[in-house]
Amino acid sequence: MVEAPRNPGSTSASAAVDSRGIIRIERLEKTYVLGEENIVRALAGVDLRIEQGSFVAIMGPSGSGKSTMLNILGCLDRPTAGSYFLGGEDVSRMSDDALSEVRGRRIGFIFQSYNLIAQLTVIENIQVPLFYRGQDLRTSYDRCVELAKLVGLGDRLTHRPTQLSGGQQQRVAIARSLVNDPLMILADEPTGNLDSRTGAEVLELITHLNQGGKTIVLVTHDDKVAARAHRIVRMKDGRIDQDIYRTAETAGLRQPERP
Amino acid sequence: MIPYQVIITVKLGFKSLKLHKLRSVLTMLGIIFGVCSVIAMLAIGEGASFEAQEAIKRLGSNNILIRSLKPPEQSRQQTSGGGRGGQIKYGLTYDDGARLQATIPGVVRVLPMRIIRENVRFQRSEVPCQIIGTLPFYPEVTGASVVRGRFLAHFDEEHKENVCVITTGLARRLFPFQDPLEHAVRIDAFYYRVVGIVQERSQPEQRSQSGKMEGQPLDNNVYIPLNASRTRFGDVLIRRSAGSFEAEEVQLHQVTVQMRDLAAVETADPQVKTLLSRFHDQNDYEVIVPLQLLRQAEQTKRIFNIVLGSIAAISLLVGGIGIMNIMLATVTERTREIGVRRALGAKKSDVMMQFLVETVVLAVGGGLIGVIVGVTVPLVVSQLTTMKTIVTLWSVLLAFGISGAVGIVFGLYPAKSAAELDPIEALRHE
Repeated sequence: MVEAPRNPGSTSASAAVDSRGIIRIERLEKTYVLGEENIVRALAGVDLRIEQGSFVAIMGPSGSGKSTMLNILGCLDRPTAGSYFLGGEDVSRMSDDALSEVRGRRIGFIFQSYNLIAQLTVIENIQVPLFYRGQDLRTSYDRCVELAKLVGLGDRLTHRPTQLSGGQQQRVAIARSLVNDPLMILADEPTGNLDSRTGAEVLELITHLNQGGKTIVLVTHDDKVAARAHRIVRMKDGRIDQDIYRTAETAGLRQPERP
Repeated sequence: MIPYQVIITVKLGFKSLKLHKLRSVLTMLGIIFGVCSVIAMLAIGEGASFEAQEAIKRLGSNNILIRSLKPPEQSRQQTSGGGRGGQIKYGLTYDDGARLQATIPGVVRVLPMRIIRENVRFQRSEVPCQIIGTLPFYPEVTGASVVRGRFLAHFDEEHKENVCVITTGLARRLFPFQDPLEHAVRIDAFYYRVVGIVQERSQPEQRSQSGKMEGQPLDNNVYIPLNASRTRFGDVLIRRSAGSFEAEEVQLHQVTVQMRDLAAVETADPQVKTLLSRFHDQNDYEVIVPLQLLRQAEQTKRIFNIVLGSIAAISLLVGGIGIMNIMLATVTERTREIGVRRALGAKKSDVMMQFLVETVVLAVGGGLIGVIVGVTVPLVVSQLTTMKTIVTLWSVLLAFGISGAVGIVFGLYPAKSAAELDPIEALRHE
């Protein structure tokens, strides 16, 4: 399936044609110009399609383009070439403000180091994405409380991040990533800073979310973490090296058309 | 941004500042001192100029004052010529008074005064006084009020009566235990019967040797009929000092010209000067127009305000730079938070607004504390000293407004640099 080079007018049309792939990446390239002679091709033509409700782990050694992939998937960065459709929207050429809006509405982030905002309470941290969507926080307060309960922190709403353990902080971050009902949850080494027991708990929670229908893209080094995913994408030298479907869990999921 | 969003952002600003209370307070100090000094200094300046203006107004803004002045040394040599050793003649004359009355349009009254320094004695007490020979309408022109008895009458003037009116201050000093009325005081070789006590509205400044104004207003005045003064003391006054004596012939020491209204004062001022210069070869008088003094005082106040304003501007500038410095440090320190916010959907403008609001909260908070302290300081000053202070509303609003403006101006750069951070770099920042 070869598409004409992006043009903004085709965005909605292609969304209508193919709405099953929540993420469609085509011939994605990212080059960094560090000096006149020093050009790094972090991504050298990546094609990837991720279906709604799937649980994908992206793995790879450092320097494989994994982080660049994560940044582009998270709409934090724009590709040099190629296209990226997120939920039918071409986000590869969007303005900075438009990308901010996409991040706020479509993507839920879970970071390795939790990244809660220190001066806000648990409930306020969960509300942050809603605030930037311009919502009146009072109308969605109950929903935020529900989310806090979902991650098991219903009794800690007014605690500050510093008063919580690492595992608890990561749970708050998970609740925060869910608050705007995103198309995809992007988790970057979510268990990297946790001990194995709390890490397993957090992973359990993420798996549980996936079972509830959430699309999850997880970037990790850890094979045990990746083992939870339905599909493991291994990257190497800016390309996809291996794309493994774990057959037991992927029954009913459509195989991507490999070009 | 809708107002609701603004409220949340302001609340967030407070939360962020509360996280580092000491640092926030220290940062605010610059603005606090700046605003406080603006308000306090303006209040003290305003009070001082108010008092000066009141003093000038008491001279009577409808009046023109003409004072005799001993001419400078050189010109005196020429004019005294071969007269008797040391005797000089200068100053206003009775004719000057008459001419002023006759020629200047808009004149209501011309009040001549002879002011002679002499000791006044009653029984065993003796007080150095100004013996002022003047006419019965003195109170109407100067605004002095008769407290007891009466002022000098036309009858006294015609008959050169040995009567006098004393000021309240002198009455207290000379007659601590008696009622001064109908008692006779001795001045030089003559006795004068006290017929009244007056309360001065303003103190005619003490005349020193040179005829210039002097500081301390002594409320020791004795008023006698002008004719009596002329007859009893003569036109030649002898002053002994340091072994030599000096005789001077002065007819009138001061003439107060009361004009119909302020406009008449304006037009009469040059006319008076022209008239006097025609009959005086030497520069032996000065014309004081309180109205002009008032204008000058206002001018002075304006300059004073500009100076104060500059000082305040500098201190607020320093305060602003302090705030900017801390905000830049804060942006660096909170780079990670900025990255997180960007990842969670914050636009550049949102981040910018967050830090700008935080800076403004800091500056306006400092301004608010500064206003409170700045209003208190003048109150304390006027309680502890005799200085009058006036806190004007505009100075408070100005100081407050400037502190807000400082917040915006010095917040723009840190907020801009926060907004321009690359979200990826910011998220990676440790």
